[in-house]
Amino acid sequence: MRRSLWVRIGIVALVTVGSVFYLYPPKKTINLGLDLQGGIHLVLGVEADKAIGSQTDRVAEDFKNALEKKGIGVRRVAREGLGSFVVELASPQSWNDAVTVANEFSIYERRDSDQTAGRFTMATSEREMNRLRDLAVRQAVETIRNRVDQFGVAEPTITRQGADRILIQLPGVQDPERAKALIGKTALLEFKLLDDSASVEEAQQGRLPEGAELLYQRRVDKETKNERKVPFVVQKRTLLTGAELNRAEVQADPNSPGNWQVSIEFNAVGTRIFGEVTEANVGKHLAIILDGNVYSAPRINERIPGGRAVITGQFTVEDARDLAIVLRAGALPAPVTILEERTVGPSLGTDSIRQGIIAIVASTVAVFLFMLIYYRLSGFIADVALGLNLLILLACMAAFGATLTLPGIAGIALTIGMAVDTNILIFERIREELRVGKSIRASIQAGFSRAFRTIIDTHVTVLVTAAILYNWGTGPVKGFAVSLFVGLTASLFTAVFFTRLLFDLIYVERRQVRTISI
Amino acid sequence: MIEIFRNPNYDFIGKRKWAYLVSALITLIGLISLATQGLRYDIDFVGGALIQVRFEQAPPTVHKIRNAMATIGFGESVIQEFGDTREFIIRLPLTATSSQAVAQRVEGALRSDPSLGGFEIRRVEFVGPQVGKELQLQAIYAVLFAMAGMLVYIAWSFKSVRGGTAAVVAVIHDVIVCLGAVSLTHREFSLPVLAALLTVIGYSVNDTIVAYDRLRENRSKPSQRNRSFGDQMNDAVNQTLSRTVLTSLTVFFSTVILLFFGGKVLEDFAFVLVIGVITGTYSTTYVAAAVMVDWTIWAQTRRRGQKKAVAKAS
Repeated sequence: MRRSLWVRIGIVALVTVGSVFYLYPPKKTINLGLDLQGGIHLVLGVEADKAIGSQTDRVAEDFKNALEKKGIGVRRVAREGLGSFVVELASPQSWNDAVTVANEFSIYERRDSDQTAGRFTMATSEREMNRLRDLAVRQAVETIRNRVDQFGVAEPTITRQGADRILIQLPGVQDPERAKALIGKTALLEFKLLDDSASVEEAQQGRLPEGAELLYQRRVDKETKNERKVPFVVQKRTLLTGAELNRAEVQADPNSPGNWQVSIEFNAVGTRIFGEVTEANVGKHLAIILDGNVYSAPRINERIPGGRAVITGQFTVEDARDLAIVLRAGALPAPVTILEERTVGPSLGTDSIRQGIIAIVASTVAVFLFMLIYYRLSGFIADVALGLNLLILLACMAAFGATLTLPGIAGIALTIGMAVDTNILIFERIREELRVGKSIRASIQAGFSRAFRTIIDTHVTVLVTAAILYNWGTGPVKGFAVSLFVGLTASLFTAVFFTRLLFDLIYVERRQVRTISI
Repeated sequence: MIEIFRNPNYDFIGKRKWAYLVSALITLIGLISLATQGLRYDIDFVGGALIQVRFEQAPPTVHKIRNAMATIGFGESVIQEFGDTREFIIRLPLTATSSQAVAQRVEGALRSDPSLGGFEIRRVEFVGPQVGKELQLQAIYAVLFAMAGMLVYIAWSFKSVRGGTAAVVAVIHDVIVCLGAVSLTHREFSLPVLAALLTVIGYSVNDTIVAYDRLRENRSKPSQRNRSFGDQMNDAVNQTLSRTVLTSLTVFFSTVILLFFGGKVLEDFAFVLVIGVITGTYSTTYVAAAVMVDWTIWAQTRRRGQKKAVAKAS
């Protein structure tokens, strides 16, 4: 045999072994989409603008403190719009000092200065806001990934989609409501002092003292499912947040049998601040607030030095466990909303996949049989090539970590169709050449080379289509495009390279060829 | 050797005027159906919520489920049997409620009527209106760009803008026929239907290129010089006829298997494929090839006319 033939056999062997290697074991290597195996698919929108708003709030607060530290009287510091806040000085005399302070806040620019009125605006640039938005989305992805990892889901997909979206896929999750609550919770833990001077009744009628806000404690009665709301007036200033947490653990609630609580432990910074706050406010009430809900507001009896606290709220063990997870994983930098949700129960997933797969296998077997009956030995060669095509296709999907969904199966169906078509094209062409009276060898040569042009054209056109669909399409369209693209590339290889090799081995390389089975 | 055709020589292209009538009629029916009934979009494309419920006991009536749904103000929901008599799909109109609440509220509503018995919520889908609209737009863009890509490639590879345009016209014809069939049979335009439509586009253009390719090969032979373009095209169609029949029958039967045995999930998908194989095969000869032939004849007579005019002037 010629050397080039050995090289070709070597390439085919390499591709086959490589495919088997990537594909083994198939249960672990092929990711089934949620439509096929059940689970949750979520698309979250990150309200990144809220992260900018709260950042601006914080800077405004810092700015006010910096002014007061220098002894500059402030009449008002308030956020205006998303990334800017307005500053009004008590008197225009301190203008120059205030400008010095303003220059220190370098990412904010001083605008609309009105020296006589003692008023100016501090604004951040559009670029900085975009950076913040981007950061918020990236942090949100990280945080959600942490939460899901602790929740314990096999093979979750958590990726950013576009500018402000997060795609989450959790295959095989049984309790969707719980998973959604865990993922979607902002989990902003705040410690604020109760405003003891204010009356709750007046606050409910809308008369709030300066720097205070009205929050509620929501309790759902376990038997009647009725929600009870207890109002609290708290000071707006946040003393400490969940960002300073070190640990969060589930414990049995000693004061309320059957209920659970979450004990938290601050890090070094948090412990110091917590010690200072409790020391300075003995006798007052400290509200523990999660996402704007007051969980409890215990009285501070003495300075608490160890940096430990508990969150109680008549939790079940699952509630407490999930709360501990979100506290450990940290708060989301901005609230998220669910834009798209698909939950497929595991039983439906297996039902649909079973019936669908039986049908797909049946139609593939029918195609194989047809080729075998119609083209006999050549049909068998085509079937082997088709099998190799599927093997390469699935191995590539496994190697890329692509997910097999229903549209993906559609792509495979088109691939099988075109691969069969390629073989039919070649075989019909060989038959035609035989009919004209050419020798078997010459017919095979001519058949392949004539059909080659057509095969290239059909494949390239559909490959171009697949590439465009991949580039412009989303989710399902992309899934279709990926399996189509990979499948057609494999089809080019198997139909042109592999089938040709087998024909060469069987007919062309042998000294005497009298018959051809086609 | 099993053979379907041996050197077939049917006059396909000669009967194209009749085919135009058929194509016009079918596309017209499709377009009228699309214009009057429109496409029923699945929630993937317009937003909304969908809940699939399977009841454990004897099948409840749609009426009963509707009454239960009315207790939470969703009496207007679309309720359909799905697959078998115990399984239902409930489609809720898009309201301000977020996805969190929907499944729980429906569960509560169905529990409130004890005669419905035990049930299992098997699937919940919620698509925000924004996401749905985007998917719709992006799918349209993707398909349009893909067609443009095809046109450019065919025009370049076959050195024929006419060929590329005619192939795309054939694809558009197939898309209209498929969408018309979806509309006429009151099926929903869902993601699987979109996937099937993309498959049909790929199949149709593949089929067209095989015929074009044979034409290009034949035209390079010196013996073909003096034959009319229509005859050349007809030869190409005849020479590839056995391949066309074999391939389309293979694909047709495998999609029919999917249609009858693939279950409810694959049904709409397979339906579009079955229609698509038929129209895709037909459109190669009677849309792409026919349009190309008539366009070429038109261009040739016009050129001759110009030449005559030039000759007269001089």
